[in-house]
Amino acid sequence: MATVAETDRGAQTHPDVQSYGEVNEDVLQILGRPGKWWWFLFALSALGVGVFAFSWGYQLVYGLGVTGLNSPVGWGVYITTFVFWVGIAHSGTLISAILFLFRARWRQSIYRAAEAMTVFAVMTAGLFPLIHLGRAWHAYWLFPYPNERLLWPNFRSPLVWDVFAVTTYFTLSAIFFYLGSIPDLAAARDRAKGLWKRFYTFVALGWRGTDREWHHFGKAYLFLAALATPLVLSVHSVVSWDFAMAIVPGWHATIFAPYFVAGAIFSGVAMVITLSVPLRKIFGLEKYLTVRHFDAMAKLCLVTGLIVFWAYLVEFFMAWYSGEDPERRVFWNRVWGHYWWSTWIMLICNGFIPILLWFKRVRHSIAALFTVSLFINIGMWFERYTIIVTSLSHEFMPFAWNVYRPSLTEMGIILGSFAWFAFWFLLFIRVLPPVAISELKEVLPPPMRGKPKEEGGR
Amino acid sequence: MSGSGRPGFLASFQHLDATLDAIKGLRKEGFRDITAYAPFPEHHIEEALGYGKSPVRVFTLTGGLVGAAAGFAFPAFTSLDWPLVTGGKPILSMPAYVVIAFEMTILLGVLFTVIGLFINMKFPHLKPIVIYDPEFTADRFGIYVGAADEERLAEARKIVDACRPDRVQEDPEGLHHG
Repeated sequence: MATVAETDRGAQTHPDVQSYGEVNEDVLQILGRPGKWWWFLFALSALGVGVFAFSWGYQLVYGLGVTGLNSPVGWGVYITTFVFWVGIAHSGTLISAILFLFRARWRQSIYRAAEAMTVFAVMTAGLFPLIHLGRAWHAYWLFPYPNERLLWPNFRSPLVWDVFAVTTYFTLSAIFFYLGSIPDLAAARDRAKGLWKRFYTFVALGWRGTDREWHHFGKAYLFLAALATPLVLSVHSVVSWDFAMAIVPGWHATIFAPYFVAGAIFSGVAMVITLSVPLRKIFGLEKYLTVRHFDAMAKLCLVTGLIVFWAYLVEFFMAWYSGEDPERRVFWNRVWGHYWWSTWIMLICNGFIPILLWFKRVRHSIAALFTVSLFINIGMWFERYTIIVTSLSHEFMPFAWNVYRPSLTEMGIILGSFAWFAFWFLLFIRVLPPVAISELKEVLPPPMRGKPKEEGGR
Repeated sequence: MSGSGRPGFLASFQHLDATLDAIKGLRKEGFRDITAYAPFPEHHIEEALGYGKSPVRVFTLTGGLVGAAAGFAFPAFTSLDWPLVTGGKPILSMPAYVVIAFEMTILLGVLFTVIGLFINMKFPHLKPIVIYDPEFTADRFGIYVGAADEERLAEARKIVDACRPDRVQEDPEGLHHG
């Protein structure tokens, strides 16, 4: 009956974690005492949410005229930020679902935080189409419902595809996140006291960890992961078709779907690094988020970053090779025109700086990795800005060319969206166990009594 | 799960191999009312208890198929309901509906999976939890055995005791405490 001993549990993933009980101890203590850093950041983000609410409220009252949006640039920083946050969301699903299917042993300690990031990033992204609509109270018009004249949305439009893709994505990622948390919420319930105990008892839905529960849970989780994998690839493809289906020069390219998916994962992994470095530092999770984990994430960044850089070069090449004058002019204008700074930020942050990740010394230095990830985050926002704004401002008709400048209201909303995201993420750290307690135990070596000789014969 | 009113006991173990030995020993002697507890998904426990394939997969498949059908049928219906020719394209533009069908396949596949999961797990479990030890979410494995009568239970107790559990709770349902 040597059934268990031979299994290769990745003992080397967390060499400093001694026992199962220790995992509960270390992770659940975060919920009890968040510390002064948490309060500081939380206050800061609450302030930012205030800026967000004020800016949006101002725009709701005075209309879209308070933005810099005008002909020909009808899509500005709102759509830029929408694409940015949808992209950020992608790596969470990648880490939780795709790496789950691939049985990557380093995903366990970061995937819960990455999943939370996904849910909150989609929540943030989902606000931007509403903000961009102007009259946000008509947002339900996006959904196909039998209205009084029985008019239906145009299902040939990529914008309607987007509604379906993003809604499905939010539903799936929220379910995946909550379902995966249930065993850990039960662990929190079993330690909590007072009001918190009542809260965790309610959200854990009576989980006990019986064989029946684990059996079906494991299978359902596998199916959800298998469904999430094609979904995550489809969502950013659909977002990219918002652009690629139009004939705007600089958008109308078949490379857009894989290019956007790679960019999404690239930016998302960078964001996971950005979030997990302070998480590890502030809450003392060094045992769980080891250098090995950061090394794996950095490699993921490197691979996707190379794909993205390759896509940039292909775009430029195709513009030249197409022989189309407007196409060529748009790309020339990107690098040397009015928005040269945006394009160069994109090229330097996403193309050149990630080259540093080839070096093991950079991948193994948390500080260096954190810095690189910040540059990637900035670069990926400017990538979307470059794609959207430079193309629209420089379309076919030279007399229609114009320059777009985001207004103060738009800036307030953009900055506020980061605070809104941070607000939810901080709440998550305080309320839900930020490291997956039960799944982490899967990669720890199970405690074995070993078999004394005299009992072995039975 | 235990039938209420049946006698039973709850043993908790620190070691996985001891837990597995106890389950296998009980199964060999014909005990079927066994509930195993674990702090994380442990496939060896499921194997020892003789689990086959989970019926959740049927729900997932059904949901996916319903979603795919709806994802094609609904845009087709709405396009025919109010025909609007745009750019000379056919009224039924199937390639465009592939995206909708794809997303609906996933959406309903997910929702059906969750429904199937909850039905099969008998979840959520809203009644107060009995036959349980808070340590089962931390670092203990557990076995609950129920039996038809006290005699049979004593047999089970002997098998489990041979595997040296850390703790045994008699009458965990609290039936005989009034």
